[in-house]
Amino acid sequence: MLSNAFLIAIKEIKRNLLRSFLTILGIVIGVASVIAMVMIGDGTTANVQQSITKLGTNMLTLRVGQERRGPPREDNSAKPFTEGDINAIKNELQNIRAVAAENSSRMNVVYGNKSNSASVIGTSNDYFIIKDWEITQGRVFEEHEENSGKSSCIIGTTIVKQLFGDENPIGVNIRLKNISCNVIGVLKSKGAAAFGNDQDEIVIVPLKMFQQKIKGDKDISSILISITDGKYIENAKLEITSLMQERRAIKLEDPDNFHIRDMQDLLSTMTSTTKMLTYLLGSIAGISLLVGGIGIMNIMLVSVTERTREIGTRLAIGAMENEVLLQFLVEAIVLATLGGIIGIFLGLGIGYITVNIMDLPFILNSQIILISFVFSTLIGVFFGYFPARKAARLNPIDALRYE
Amino acid sequence: MQNSKTIIEFKNIVKTYGVGDAKTHALNGVNLSIKEGEFVAIMGASGSGKSTAMNMIGCLDKPSSGEYLFNGINVENLNRNQMALLRRNFLGFVFQSFNLLGRTSALENVELPLVYRKIPSKQRKEMAFEALSKVGLQSVVYNTPAQLSGGQQQRVAIARAIVSNPLVLLADEPTGNLDSIKSMEIMNLLKQLNEDENITIIMVTHEEEMAAFASRVIYFRDGHIEDSLKKGYK
Repeated sequence: MLSNAFLIAIKEIKRNLLRSFLTILGIVIGVASVIAMVMIGDGTTANVQQSITKLGTNMLTLRVGQERRGPPREDNSAKPFTEGDINAIKNELQNIRAVAAENSSRMNVVYGNKSNSASVIGTSNDYFIIKDWEITQGRVFEEHEENSGKSSCIIGTTIVKQLFGDENPIGVNIRLKNISCNVIGVLKSKGAAAFGNDQDEIVIVPLKMFQQKIKGDKDISSILISITDGKYIENAKLEITSLMQERRAIKLEDPDNFHIRDMQDLLSTMTSTTKMLTYLLGSIAGISLLVGGIGIMNIMLVSVTERTREIGTRLAIGAMENEVLLQFLVEAIVLATLGGIIGIFLGLGIGYITVNIMDLPFILNSQIILISFVFSTLIGVFFGYFPARKAARLNPIDALRYE
Repeated sequence: MQNSKTIIEFKNIVKTYGVGDAKTHALNGVNLSIKEGEFVAIMGASGSGKSTAMNMIGCLDKPSSGEYLFNGINVENLNRNQMALLRRNFLGFVFQSFNLLGRTSALENVELPLVYRKIPSKQRKEMAFEALSKVGLQSVVYNTPAQLSGGQQQRVAIARAIVSNPLVLLADEPTGNLDSIKSMEIMNLLKQLNEDENITIIMVTHEEEMAAFASRVIYFRDGHIEDSLKKGYK
């Protein structure tokens, strides 16, 4: 009985190609948009995850001032860190890979008649280990440069491009404020960060030089700590906290005047934000899938009315109620499934192209493909059933007389 | 002819529509008996009950009271599906407006009743082709209704009705939509099928000219049979 109904339904679909096409159009668009939207959302999530991972995941940032939300900001009221703090963390704690100060200031970098804004960072060679950042040209700081506060700097690719163009920057002097500084190295390009700022718009100088010539003090505003393995992070946070409490002589009842930031926290916050984006896009697309389903029901209802005489003829020549019901049901399921399959391919195509244009990673979410496929079939069954029942229950005489 | 078995038997059939004051008697105690191999024409004005009687014979409708035996089977006790099976296996229908499936070849239209009988594709095609040959359409089997004249379309409908070798062929105003020349062709075809294939034919018409082809004419008036005349040609 099923194969027979299938045969009749296929004949009906072939007989009314235009109507069949219009019927499934809604499903095709619905399924395609769900898949494309989810693909774009997933790609964005993966992209954000990747760029945060580039910042270094096993990295802790120790800052002065109390913990607060929002972008990092310096708190001048709290006592700054000292070089003694860095050495204490390095020497007294375990599972520490590298520790580096990070003093930063935004200023103009000038070379010849060209100038560009840059983030100038005072730190040590450990910074490159923590940030997993390679030098593509030149070298890192030498010990005497770090200790003496000599004016040498390592620059990012954006600075190279803006100031030097094709010229070789190594050994050339650039100017930071009124300080002349010798370029000794160029960093590998990192591209835009998760927040959209250019990570290559950077000039790195020895901490001593930063303290003496740029800021004119001995302060350290934040310390970066790289942990050997992700599993020690929680433990390291506790140890650093108690070490700092001790070194900064904080009484038990007082709040800490420093805080530790964990990249993992940032990663999970950003990931949950972009996941939300995926859900949002997916649900908007889901609504269009539902509308597509209603389109199927609408067309099926109209076609039952249109086909009433045909149903009368079928009933008169001996079709049973169940057979007519099954015919309409199979028609709806076949159309919805077909629409689903076309929609999947269309969605994958649109998603693939969009993801490429947006330069996002291509992620195949087989779960969504399966869900939208099952959903489109269910829509076919559900919206196919009611018009089909209406058709099958017609009295053959009334159906035949229908004008 | 006298020894043929009775296949249609109405015993005091009453059919009413509506309730209360609006209640109308479409059939008011009809007794009728049709034997195998007969060609019966049913005539009468509109509202005379001839269409109701036709629907009853075709197992499309059930009587309100009385007994209808089709080939010995009491239709009263059957459900919708059993009536559908009766139509599928023993009856063929020809309608005034042909009722062919559009955009479908003549061959496939004729195959349709066989599809419901679950006859395999190859055999189905052979049987449909044979039926189309009987009505003289072997040259246009792949034409769709839109590519056929009215007379040809009605021939396809007749082929569809006879393809499953029914006991009874029911024709409801088969020439109502055709001109006189085409009508004569169709009537000659029906008569020939009745004589050669011994198919029982029951036809509703309002034209005496068409009724003249039948072996018996039954006149309906106000829900009962007014007159029943046997023609001498058979």
